[in-house]
Amino acid sequence: MTAVWTSIVVLAVANFLIKAAGPVLLGGRELPQPLLNVIALLAPAILAALVVVGTFSEDSSLRIDAQAAGVAVSGAAFVFRVPMLPAIFLGALSAALVRAL
Amino acid sequence: MAAPSLRDGLRAGTAFALPTFVLAVSFGVLARSLDWGVVAPIVFSAVVFSGSAQFAVADVLDAGGSAIAAIVAAILVNARFAVMGVAVASSLPGGRIRRALEAQATVDASWAIANRGGGRFDRDVLIGATLPQYGAWVGGTAIGVLVGDSLDAEALGLDVLFPAFFLGLLIDELRRGRPQVAAAAIAVAVSLALVPFTPPGIPIIAACLGALLGLWGRKAR
Repeated sequence: MTAVWTSIVVLAVANFLIKAAGPVLLGGRELPQPLLNVIALLAPAILAALVVVGTFSEDSSLRIDAQAAGVAVSGAAFVFRVPMLPAIFLGALSAALVRAL
Repeated sequence: MAAPSLRDGLRAGTAFALPTFVLAVSFGVLARSLDWGVVAPIVFSAVVFSGSAQFAVADVLDAGGSAIAAIVAAILVNARFAVMGVAVASSLPGGRIRRALEAQATVDASWAIANRGGGRFDRDVLIGATLPQYGAWVGGTAIGVLVGDSLDAEALGLDVLFPAFFLGLLIDELRRGRPQVAAAAIAVAVSLALVPFTPPGIPIIAACLGALLGLWGRKAR
């Protein structure tokens, strides 16, 4: 699969550059505050979209299924400050149970 | 020979090795189910070492997206590492090449553990915490790929692991303050609205519009 290998090679380089950029270019220099604010909000925006797409999107349509139920259980666990590993396992277990019903 | 702080990092990183391992196994299983073969997923984990980027690529390609859409989505997902890189820049010693190499230790959990507050990061802890996670990531991927055939990922609920992982990171972000909540809310609305009408990957890119809220904020952290 060419698309897979293309992605791997390009992302190996891109990921190196993304991580190296700050320490190499910006040693001690200040970025303008508005830019820093935008960059800081990229993480919640992208993560929220990843959750939405990963959970509700299937072949360009939206649906709610056992996977969504599992993710919701994990989300509830996170809200009650359950640590990462048990929380995601709880979600996976819930989805497995819903599918087994 | 290890400085105490490097050992501290190794110990803290070991705690994250298990969830990293589980996610890596699920990535290997997923990649195998997508017919990526045995070698590609393991190489992917070894040279990119980023769960969020790798799952994003799997997501986009699985949904029928192009390599370009997958790459753009993964780069946008990992754009946060540029921010983290800016944050650790002044804490990494040495010349540019050494800083570039040591900056590769920047992953979510290690970055959070190494944060000493006041804009300072502990370089030894950052690197120490990443080492066990790297081993767990590559090793877990290999195991996932090898057992992938015999596992029904959906029956085991493994398809929940990575959206749940992103949700966990998101909820941590939402606890930082209201600008994060507003940016995420816009991202949810935009991505939900676009999924039925655009190629895969586009909803995630468009959701970054939510981050432009930062232009009006005073100080998001």
